[in-house]
Amino acid sequence: MSEGPQPASHDVLLIGGGLAGLRAAVAIAEANPALDVAVVSKVYPMRSHSVSAEGGAAGAIAEDDSLDEHAHDTVSGGDWLGDQDAIEAFIAEAPRELLQLEHWGCPWSRQPDGRIAVRPFGGMKNKRTWFAADKTGFHMLHALFQTTLKYEELVRYDEWFVTRLLVDDGRVQGVVAVELMSGEVQAIHAKAVVLATGGCGKVFPFTTNANINTGDGMSLAYRAGAPLKDMEMVQYHPTGLPFTGILITEAARAEGGYLVNKDGYRYLQDYDLGTPSPTPVLRSMELGPRDRLSQAFVHEVEKGRTADSPYGPVVHLDLRHLGAKVIEAKLPMVRELCLRYERIDPVTELVPVRPVVHYMMGGVHTDIHGATPLAGLYAAGETACVSINGANRLGSNSLPECLVFGARAGRAAAEYVASVGPSSAGIAAQVRDERRRVEALIGSDGTERVSALRDEMQATMEEAAGIYRTGPGMSKGADALGELQERMSGVRVGDSSRTFNTELVAALELANMLDIAQTMLHTGLQREESRGAHQRLDFPVRDDDRFLTHLLAYRDADGSARTEQLPVTITRWPPGERKYGR
Amino acid sequence: MEGRSVSLTSKATIALRVARYRPETDDKPHFADYDVPLRKDWTVLDGLNHVKNELDPSLAFRWSCRMGICGSCGMNVNGAPKLMCETFLTDHAPGPVQVEPLNNFPVIRDLVVDITSFVQRLPQVKPWIIREEEKPVDEGEYLQTPEELEVFQQYSMCINCMLCYSACPVVGLDPHFIGPAAVALAERYDLDSRDEGTAERISLLSDHDGAFGCTFVGECTRVCPKGVDPAGAIQRYKLKAAQSSVLSMILPRGAR
Ligand SMILES: Cc1cc2nc3c(=O)[nH]c(=O)nc-3n(C[C@H](O)[C@H](O)[C@H](O)COP(=O)(O)OP(=O)(O)OC[C@H]3O[C@@H](n4cnc5c(N)ncnc54)[C@H](O)[C@@H]3O)c2cc1C
Ligand code: SF4
Ligand code: FES
Repeated sequence: MSEGPQPASHDVLLIGGGLAGLRAAVAIAEANPALDVAVVSKVYPMRSHSVSAEGGAAGAIAEDDSLDEHAHDTVSGGDWLGDQDAIEAFIAEAPRELLQLEHWGCPWSRQPDGRIAVRPFGGMKNKRTWFAADKTGFHMLHALFQTTLKYEELVRYDEWFVTRLLVDDGRVQGVVAVELMSGEVQAIHAKAVVLATGGCGKVFPFTTNANINTGDGMSLAYRAGAPLKDMEMVQYHPTGLPFTGILITEAARAEGGYLVNKDGYRYLQDYDLGTPSPTPVLRSMELGPRDRLSQAFVHEVEKGRTADSPYGPVVHLDLRHLGAKVIEAKLPMVRELCLRYERIDPVTELVPVRPVVHYMMGGVHTDIHGATPLAGLYAAGETACVSINGANRLGSNSLPECLVFGARAGRAAAEYVASVGPSSAGIAAQVRDERRRVEALIGSDGTERVSALRDEMQATMEEAAGIYRTGPGMSKGADALGELQERMSGVRVGDSSRTFNTELVAALELANMLDIAQTMLHTGLQREESRGAHQRLDFPVRDDDRFLTHLLAYRDADGSARTEQLPVTITRWPPGERKYGR
Repeated sequence: MEGRSVSLTSKATIALRVARYRPETDDKPHFADYDVPLRKDWTVLDGLNHVKNELDPSLAFRWSCRMGICGSCGMNVNGAPKLMCETFLTDHAPGPVQVEPLNNFPVIRDLVVDITSFVQRLPQVKPWIIREEEKPVDEGEYLQTPEELEVFQQYSMCINCMLCYSACPVVGLDPHFIGPAAVALAERYDLDSRDEGTAERISLLSDHDGAFGCTFVGECTRVCPKGVDPAGAIQRYKLKAAQSSVLSMILPRGAR
């Protein structure tokens, strides 16, 4: 076992090169150019999953729009579980962040006179979603990444996989990471660490998420003693392509697409979502919130009104009436994806879709500055839970969230490191332990295959934590996960090469996913009510008396989860009924 | 497209011939054959994942989005650079489908190449908005009409997949040539109505290592999966450089 070279050391280390991580990097460089900042990412930054976001980013700028309305939409969209102080801060800063990105070159779609164009989006009462055709995340990420290249002092660790946070003396002091190209397991010291590691859709079998979305940051924080918040809140997006799970953006409905069942009937009218109109009506029908639309699908299946596909029941997205011109101008990627992966042309044919795991409302618990309760640890983006999304995120709130809270976390970390001393001696032993753990995996001749364990975990989670859940179902799932955890100790990484060992990475990611899957079911069981994305057949109504509260999951020494409650912050919008289409 | 009629449940298989190379044990790459299901909706990436999950977990390749946008999965399929997630097995039926790493980059292992040289070139073209004077963000957006956006849009579509570097004979011969996607990126900012950095970029790109390394082969544009047209960008760059005042400085070297 090698001791490795003298560890590198930085003031602030950002884990993640997506929108949140890179925005934090620039914020720090601007707040205090003297600080030594580095970005670690398991893929090259422009490969980060932010690149696949399609529909847009919300920021109230239109003359007939207001910050209050965006805030109210977000509060009610999240079924009152979002913290209203965080939401107000978010809504106030989002337009400026999107403008900042405009100044950095993001090719936002425009009105004829050259001003920013905005489009409608689900659950939003006004048009406020900025977009770059339907490759919004791609353009935002590339513009931001290219802007970071201006900062020559910014250090990047591209294709380094972080496996552990170093915590001593009550504060985070760096990480251990595997350099994929060489296979070296190395420590990187830092006075503060910002987790910007994105979502965890890969805990489920059918997801819009990329292969890299394995919730590593959530697991890193959890193992280091920081709590995870509202992990039961998993968003199903109503429109994924049946085999691949590739997302058909909500923008398709915002531009006027219909959802129809096998009889060609716009079934959403049967689920208290309004009455059909030929052109889109805000906060109504196809522009209702995602949780309600995905739930409606399940009822259509029960009524036998969905169509069959080789991959199970589907409904149809009808874009034909929009015509080729609108589809080409506003939804070129939707057309490209349908043609390529379904061999269907939405200009003339119906697109089969079904609900698909899309987004994690829960995550690493932070305050409105991105700080976790663990000194020196910050989190932002999808991996964090501030929370602005509550029990159900509105489409197009996530991209601006990455910018607003990425910048906030960066500034807070910059401020914190000014008062922090050098690293303590205790972390050397942790580095040795971690190096031993990771190196022992390489070439290990266990009997459990990574892909088989992963398949079982995913099937368990689909069964236990679907659109509708029950207490017994989640308990059964939790038991199954417990067994998988045990079998994980016999995992096989037959690949004994140090060089770009992707089997090792897959094993480490699986261990992370098992951790967070467990927290999802754990808090899911505790939340004995139905709110937003968490719908329980055994507790079908929202229960504000008992559960107008966040649930924090801590990891106990024996690896089990312990829950604490944290009241929701209400500022101006007392809990009320969610009304759509009426 | 023949072959696409293969049904979902068919037991048909197709052979993948995959280049394998582990620096610790292999002197040079060799091929390994794997049979994978031939399904009409499977891409070559699905085939590779079948190998990894069911047959040989040690196979190393990069991928992430599986929807043609992250740029990770560029490899050679039957000799041509392609995105694995956009290339269907049925298009290569009855096989074998030969999968190799991209050309013109050192191979790290199996299908993974070292792209450090490419990534280091990006900052060299200063791909960010350069302005004499920056307007404060609070004063709002820089106006840009849809027509002005249209002018550079095509060049902003590059996903950094490097298929064009793999296809380019000049990249292969001259390791200093900055390459197609980097020139397209420079052009993307030059043509952006918000940018004033053209003069700076011209001085960086107008020597042999910049745009003038290109000998007009045009392979880059033919292989680009996103319609970026890097060859067109290089053409424009040469013209622009020739017209600019640095003409006298660059000609002797540019004409080499
Ligand atoms: C298909 C799709 C479409 C979407 N469309 C929209 C939309 O239109 N509007 C909207 O608002 N939201 C949308 N979203 C949601 C939004 O895109 C994401 O929530 C957001 O981009 C997440 O960004 P991030 O910066 O938090 O993380 P990511 O962009 O996922 O980046 C995570 C980073 O962390 C790094 N990382 C992770 N683990 C490790 C580790 N162990 N070691 C080192 N590095 C690590 C990765 O390399 C990566 O760089 C969409 C999501 C999907 C899946
Ligand atoms: S120009 Fe085209 S082929 Fe070249 S890197 Fe960009 S997207 Fe890939
Ligand atoms: S996996 Fe992202 S482009 Fe193919």
